[in-house]
Amino acid sequence: MRLRSLQIGIFALLVAAWYLLTAPNLIPAFYFEQDNRAAFFFGEPQKVFAVILDWFMTGEIFVHLGVTLLETLLGFVIGAVFGLGIGLWLALSPTASAVTEPYIKGFNSMPRVVLAPIFAVWFGLGIWSKVALGVTLVFFVVFFNVYQGVREVSPTLIANARMLGATQRQLLRAIYLPSAMSWVFASLHNAVGLAFVGAVVGEYLGSAQGVGYLILQAEGTFDINTVFAGIVVLTAFALVLDGVVGAVEGRLMTWQPRTSETEKI
Amino acid sequence: MSAPALELADITCRFADRERRGEAYVAVANATLTVGRGEFVSVVGPTGCGKSTLLNVAAGLLAPSSGSVSVFGEKLLANAGVNRRAGYMFQADALMPWRTGIANVVAGLEFRGVPPAEATQRGEEWLRRVGLAGFGHRYPHQMSGGMRKRLALAQTLILSPDILLMDEPFSALDVQTRQLMENELLALWAVDRKSVLFITHDLEEAIALSDRVIVLSAGPGTHPIGDFRIDLPRPRDVSEIRMTPDFLALHKKIWGAMKEEVLKAYARQKVA
Repeated sequence: MRLRSLQIGIFALLVAAWYLLTAPNLIPAFYFEQDNRAAFFFGEPQKVFAVILDWFMTGEIFVHLGVTLLETLLGFVIGAVFGLGIGLWLALSPTASAVTEPYIKGFNSMPRVVLAPIFAVWFGLGIWSKVALGVTLVFFVVFFNVYQGVREVSPTLIANARMLGATQRQLLRAIYLPSAMSWVFASLHNAVGLAFVGAVVGEYLGSAQGVGYLILQAEGTFDINTVFAGIVVLTAFALVLDGVVGAVEGRLMTWQPRTSETEKI
Repeated sequence: MSAPALELADITCRFADRERRGEAYVAVANATLTVGRGEFVSVVGPTGCGKSTLLNVAAGLLAPSSGSVSVFGEKLLANAGVNRRAGYMFQADALMPWRTGIANVVAGLEFRGVPPAEATQRGEEWLRRVGLAGFGHRYPHQMSGGMRKRLALAQTLILSPDILLMDEPFSALDVQTRQLMENELLALWAVDRKSVLFITHDLEEAIALSDRVIVLSAGPGTHPIGDFRIDLPRPRDVSEIRMTPDFLALHKKIWGAMKEEVLKAYARQKVA
């Protein structure tokens, strides 16, 4: 509880400082020559909140948020499924892994955000170019974790399952997949964040819908309050997504040991 | 006479040395040993002498460089997979950490396509038999070392394998738990007298449990150098039998054969 009130205190302090430093004519301008310049560059908190409130009251934001979240979700799911599948395949097939190694390395070291314009050409300005960008970002995070996870399965565990009569297929289901899943979940927070980045960056580079599009439009008219409003909404939803992943992880990973704490009497 | 449960004939295992090409490490050389039907055989030897290698060969997990393995008279082929009539209890923890106790116990039944309801019923029965009734919902990390060993024992025995291979299964346990587990193993074994090949470096454990103790030479090139019949009466209590004069006489005799090999292995480790 103490923690929570401290966190809220910091938030209030930041907003107050923001307000004090940007409100025109409140304190004498000390950096900019004109009084309203600070508000022009940094926005004003009450106006930012007014924009957000207006978005939610009129419902204007929902279609944009929906599009951005859909892109994030699709990018995440498709990227994770491909990462899992190809990660499993390469980890279990040394030849394929050796052959594809330089390509995997190359694609991974490439700054993949530069693919966004190409995807826009290939897939148009709709959601699929953003999904494609999200997929390329998510894929590698999940892929490397699955690959590592399968490689590090204890040989005793595999030998034991074989002695218990597991076929290759059952070995995959009973040993490799669950073992890889714990690694996948470790990377999931990261992956969701990247899918979000893919969606927003894609929208930013060219789109007709989405929160990234709202930000882009506002920037075009130097409406800095709306830009900040967009950033705040994106941050809030990133936090929500992270919370959802955390909840799913907690549910599926109950078997993992946790450091135990004794109860205070 | 019917064929023995397990027969390792003239087994040699060479491992390629990764650092020095062309030089191979011979872990096991010309080893021959048999386990009769219903016989409890222990193999003792100094550390690092290739005991586990021999057991992996018997399990079909490792193909020998030369020699053959026969199971109830049938040859175990190199590429035909594992020895399907054997159950294997590993030295290290081999339970699936993401499965609860009961799910671990029924894993083998699941792999064999036994319906879940029947599998669970038999699993509960085995949990009870190893003294874990009511602990089936726990994950391995929520259990003590002794409980995990019981779970592993149930996991192996539920398939009622004709041959039981055990690789120092109790070496990680404290002395008290260990003696309890040894007694429980003997009690479970006495019910249907499977053939057991038990690996250990602890001579007392070997004598207390077995019908026969085989002594291995120090590595490399491990092979059996002694074969001793243990004619102590059954049923035995492992903590009490250690005090009897017969036990001590056997211990003295076998240790006489083993001592030199242990010292050899120790000297080699000190050099390396």
